[in-house]
Amino acid sequence: MRLVQGNEAIARGALYAGARFYAGYPITPSSEVAEECSVVLPRMGGMYIQMEDEIASIAAVVGASLAGAKAFTATSGPGFSLMQENLGFAVMAEVPCVVVDVQRSGPSTGLATKPSQADVMQVRWGRHGDQAIIALCPASVRECFELTVQAFNFSETYRTPVVLVADEVVAHMRESLRVPEEGELAIIDRKKPSVPPSEYKPFEADEDGVAPLAAYGSPRVFHVSSSMHGPEGFSNNDPANAARKIDRIHRKLDMHRDEIVMTRSFDADDADVLVVAYGITVRASRAAAREARSKGVNAGVLQLQTLWPFADNEIRRAAAGARRVIVPEMNYAGQVAGEVQRVLGPERDIRGVNSYNGQILWPRDILETIMA
Amino acid sequence: MEPSEQKGGGPKERFEVVLAGSGGQGLIVSAMLLCESAIREGRNVVQTQSYGIAARGGLSIAELIIDTEEIIFQQVQKPDIILALTGQAMERFAAFAEKGARVFFDTTGMTDRPGLNFLGFPFTKLAGDLNRTNAATLIALGAMVACTGMVRMDSLISAVRETFPEAAPANIEALGLGEGLVASRLREGAG
Repeated sequence: MRLVQGNEAIARGALYAGARFYAGYPITPSSEVAEECSVVLPRMGGMYIQMEDEIASIAAVVGASLAGAKAFTATSGPGFSLMQENLGFAVMAEVPCVVVDVQRSGPSTGLATKPSQADVMQVRWGRHGDQAIIALCPASVRECFELTVQAFNFSETYRTPVVLVADEVVAHMRESLRVPEEGELAIIDRKKPSVPPSEYKPFEADEDGVAPLAAYGSPRVFHVSSSMHGPEGFSNNDPANAARKIDRIHRKLDMHRDEIVMTRSFDADDADVLVVAYGITVRASRAAAREARSKGVNAGVLQLQTLWPFADNEIRRAAAGARRVIVPEMNYAGQVAGEVQRVLGPERDIRGVNSYNGQILWPRDILETIMA
Repeated sequence: MEPSEQKGGGPKERFEVVLAGSGGQGLIVSAMLLCESAIREGRNVVQTQSYGIAARGGLSIAELIIDTEEIIFQQVQKPDIILALTGQAMERFAAFAEKGARVFFDTTGMTDRPGLNFLGFPFTKLAGDLNRTNAATLIALGAMVACTGMVRMDSLISAVRETFPEAAPANIEALGLGEGLVASRLREGAG
């Protein structure tokens, strides 16, 4: 057991998963991820680069990944906004990579040292155009480690960018952590092509919707474009081709959604009042639900470890017997509450508990709405 | 001043601790040392902090929870032990003394406060006597651990040794100074 900070656990998890390239621009409250990588990566034969800004950071990550490295970056608020364009490139070009977004209070520079959970929709829709993405959300230092490993595994398996959506509290918090031994957690590497170089098509998918990815510098020379492209990677404006591509980048996640969507249940199965929570707010929710049970109300918590794709089926199942569903989150609009309402329908009693002043939610805030 | 006991007897299993002062006083490092000590004793810990955008100055708060059980909510809700190193920190946390928290504070910059739960010591003055102003927080840590038993002193010394191998002797001396403050206060009380 060691005392480990959330950001340090994210960096350690990335290295455990095989990441050997980090390019970033330090920003509170994510800077310790960069700090840790700057010390450890060079020692492991990896590469750490401090870039001139976040636009360049994600560009370098995409390039490194196409050259065969497991690559990632970490940022927050304004930096995450700057990364959107090239993150869209990674979606279009199907480049495996991991972006850590440690949410802080906005908009803009906002409250730079204070937490928030207001990037949920930006993570999903921050880029223009049709697209799909995976996002995971840790609630403890242990999950900072494990979900980062999982983020790389998903990214490599489905050839897609994955966002690890943390928040200032979980990222700066320290807890006792037993770092898993080598081999204890599964590590997945991207599918490599087996066809001869002359036959390699970088966007020709197998039955699982995912195309094997060669590395730049290997004998399989290939072209990657942010413009709409065909299986061979060159620009293609044919409507039928465009439809196939857009359909596939969605379908490759949809057809594996049961593996991707991870939730945890804390007494959610028999709950009369179900709390749907994610990130650091899970902990206040669990404390509130436990207190409610001691006062005679059957409350439970469904934790969304995967934010995107959204846990439609899991929420429907957990909420089946609940008379009320509560969604506590550190944002004004109820970004996840809106999704829960979409899943359960307009007639269901769904209540948000929202904080948007840089202050966390406390068990008493949630308990009040459970007992109301 | 006896090591804390919870109702029903037996050693207390959960401690909620607040270290409050000014940015740059080493409050977060001190909280980490306490956590490292508790981990050595096989207990669970969570450490959080709150601070503004200045690296030096401004109210800075480090919190930790030590428990033999899983720690679900990460923040301190009912502090048992508080360290207030500045007037601003004292203002924020003094009220918890009435609810049973023991408030350790620095008499170098603050006037003494009546009440059994206010425990004032001249941490900064003593650190100045050592010519190491930044040792005040460690002196306080020594006093708090000696007084409350939230971790064992040998665990804390071991954590200090591992965290600051080169500066360990000076830091352990500071802890000892804090421990001595409590011992002499106890003697005064007995006399």
